[in-house]
Amino acid sequence: MAAQKQYELVYIASPDATEEQLTELQSLIDGIVTKASGTVDKTDVWGRRRLAYQIGRHKEGHYVVVLFSSAGELVKELDRRLKVNDLVIRHLIVRVDEELEKAARAKQRRDDETRRRRVARGLPPEPTPEELMAKQAALDNQDDAEV
Amino acid sequence: MSTDNPLQNDDRGGRGGRSGGPRGERSGGGGGGRRGGFRRKRVCKFRTEKIDYIDYKDARLLAQFVPERGKIQPRRLTGTSAKYQRKLQVAIKRARFLALLPYATD
Repeated sequence: MAAQKQYELVYIASPDATEEQLTELQSLIDGIVTKASGTVDKTDVWGRRRLAYQIGRHKEGHYVVVLFSSAGELVKELDRRLKVNDLVIRHLIVRVDEELEKAARAKQRRDDETRRRRVARGLPPEPTPEELMAKQAALDNQDDAEV
Repeated sequence: MSTDNPLQNDDRGGRGGRSGGPRGERSGGGGGGRRGGFRRKRVCKFRTEKIDYIDYKDARLLAQFVPERGKIQPRRLTGTSAKYQRKLQVAIKRARFLALLPYATD
């Protein structure tokens, strides 16, 4: 079986679409993904949003973000199906697993380094609640100063 | 702030910048009026704020690097490190495709 990769699909549905059409479209996408033995990990509906420029005759769009895992072959099929669909005025599928992993690793590295430094200074590895509060207060003051 | 340089519109708190070195210094010799203006030391926003993953869906973040005209701000003006500028560039282009950011405005 092909390796599962994680992808992110953002699609913009026409603002004229009815509620039912939108749910239908979403279940269509879910169906395509699950049928190809992929899984839908997360669906985030942004709802209506103003477009930065007109797409066709549209000035607004209904944004939905779908995070899914599947084999790479599915992307082609999904892409084709979305292109054909008149309700979808634009869509983008990007692979995200590698980038997210890289980011998580970078964060891990930084946190480890922070802990190491704190221990080297004779502090406990994690910041104490008092320290966090002091830091937050400092940040708040800074915001006030800038305004 | 000098008004003769409209591109220099972001002020990010400029202290604590180890990176960067002595840039921001322009040779004052000869040249045009808009060059020699005061520049505060800039640091990479993504490094200081510990943003590892530049999300192309975060239009609010990306808009800080795209002034009204719609062009991507060069590194030399924003202080973004090369690594993050490359990622930023991709993120902005994706955001444009999704109509989260304009390609151009006039």
